[in-house]
Amino acid sequence: MADVNVSEMPKASAVRDETRDADTPRNSHVAKFGPDKPLRLDAGVSLAPFQIAYTTFGSLNAERSNAVLVCHALTGDQYVVGAHPVTKKSGWWEILIGPGKPVDTDRYFVICSNVVGGCMGSTGPASTNPETGKPWGLEFPVITIRDMVRAQAMLLDHLGIETLFACVGGSMGGMQVLQWAASYPQRVFAALPIATATRHSAQNIAFHEVGRQAIMADPEWKGGRYHLDGSNPRRGLAVARMGAHITYLSDAALHRKFGRRFQDRENPTFSFDADFEVESYLRHQGISFVERFDANSYLYLTRAMDYFDLAADAGGVLANAFKATPTRFCVVSFTSDWLFPTSESRAIVHALNAASARVSFAEIVTDKGHDAFLLDEPEMAGIVRGFLDGAGKARGLVAKK
Amino acid sequence: MTGSVNGSIARNDSGARVDLVLVSEMVDRGAKVLDVGCGDGELLQLLSESRGVDGRGIELSREGVNECVAKGLAVIQGDADTDLADYPDDSFDYVILSQTLQATRRPRAVLEHMLRIGRHAVVSFPNFGHWSVRFQLMFEGHMPQTDILPHSWYDTPNIHHCTIKDFVQLCNVLGLKIEKAVALNAWGSPLRLNAPWWFWNLFGEQGVFLLSRKG
Repeated sequence: MADVNVSEMPKASAVRDETRDADTPRNSHVAKFGPDKPLRLDAGVSLAPFQIAYTTFGSLNAERSNAVLVCHALTGDQYVVGAHPVTKKSGWWEILIGPGKPVDTDRYFVICSNVVGGCMGSTGPASTNPETGKPWGLEFPVITIRDMVRAQAMLLDHLGIETLFACVGGSMGGMQVLQWAASYPQRVFAALPIATATRHSAQNIAFHEVGRQAIMADPEWKGGRYHLDGSNPRRGLAVARMGAHITYLSDAALHRKFGRRFQDRENPTFSFDADFEVESYLRHQGISFVERFDANSYLYLTRAMDYFDLAADAGGVLANAFKATPTRFCVVSFTSDWLFPTSESRAIVHALNAASARVSFAEIVTDKGHDAFLLDEPEMAGIVRGFLDGAGKARGLVAKK
Repeated sequence: MTGSVNGSIARNDSGARVDLVLVSEMVDRGAKVLDVGCGDGELLQLLSESRGVDGRGIELSREGVNECVAKGLAVIQGDADTDLADYPDDSFDYVILSQTLQATRRPRAVLEHMLRIGRHAVVSFPNFGHWSVRFQLMFEGHMPQTDILPHSWYDTPNIHHCTIKDFVQLCNVLGLKIEKAVALNAWGSPLRLNAPWWFWNLFGEQGVFLLSRKG
């Protein structure tokens, strides 16, 4: 990635078809819910009609007992396997999901849906508001992690799936996994929350606020109404992404990948050009992100994470969120993850133990930071495979030959 | 802090560790079991296969935990000395401490927690009163090293050695009921059941105890 020479910040002229994907996503199924099936939001309002974009892999068995819901992170989407329609890059969790892989699509029916509030086909601020015929923008109601999960539960009803064999996800996806287990314990046989927490910390809320302010400070944001005249706060969104991306890595990983090396030059230019590889890398991250993501969506989804606090929902006692849970859990954290540090995972395990839940917990040694859950971590793969195999045995799922 | 940190321990014909088989036979079928210091999960696997238990484990070493989880066992990373306090009362039928007691910082507190969390406790430990241990200290003048205590004094994880007699005394102090007690000799065979305590304390290489609360 570091060899990409990017010295310019994104320009307003870049082409993007987010409106099209926001309403009619390519290479994706869409479940539509009419006025008779409103999504009741924590904000106290209902969203109707609305739609959920999703992809599936593998096949549902006759007993409908092998469904695995994969929940995506803040900037993820339903393209978990296979080429992304905008970036053309491979799916974001292909390292873990596919035939013969730890989440084995020869064995399980994998479902991945774009969260409500997202911008790849599930109803969100970039979608067309049926009442006005224009993008929702900031008229869109503020959503929560629980709302995302409620919408996913409606999707499962729509697909005729009563119980998930497993619910898997990292970061914001892990928050959804925990919310699933808390909201619908009878519908989740096995839960695998990775690199996550039961509440967003003050530091994490602070980072999100910086990102949101970067977007809002971009004159092209126009109070969230940029869709109306074809503008787009690309610079603001790119800066938000650059800042956030640093939190996904670690000091050690940045040092290992870039050090203080110069980008395609021998000497400093004594300018504010991207002299350092790490600057060039971050700029590239920012630019490529704005090609596929909606700025308002970023505001809404970061907000949803900020509001997440499972213990608060359970009267202040986290263990009560999992009282008498029948779900088996496997909690995974990474040593160098300072965004969702191991202490957060320990708090989850602590609460699950207090609730007498069946829980496994593994911390994986890596210098790759929070992003490790998306990367090739053989130990994580072994743990995911072992946990799902064990759960599959208990669930009576046999490997297809 | 696990069975695996210690050296060669006798195995039966089917390859199972004799002391683990003995421990597993003290556990009722289908019981809910917590294995404290579960190592690579050998006992948990044996218990789940031979006794159909609902087993959970705590293990100090990250490698051990990750190996267990990859085997599909419900194991978390944790420390017997600090993390047992987090478990609610009466949440297990059995809490097992296999070859780990001597490696804890506060064996008495650990034992008390075990019988708070579980209705029963199963404890196995190397007997520091064994004749070979006494012999090495008395006649060779150095800290004993045996098959089940292979470490040098300066790098051993085993910091709280005790004899079978010492352990029985602690059980009495804590008011615990000894439901079963077995001593294994160096070949992993149980010693004569009717032997007196002093005989066990001298010829038992390991002690295995099934305990419960009195009353």
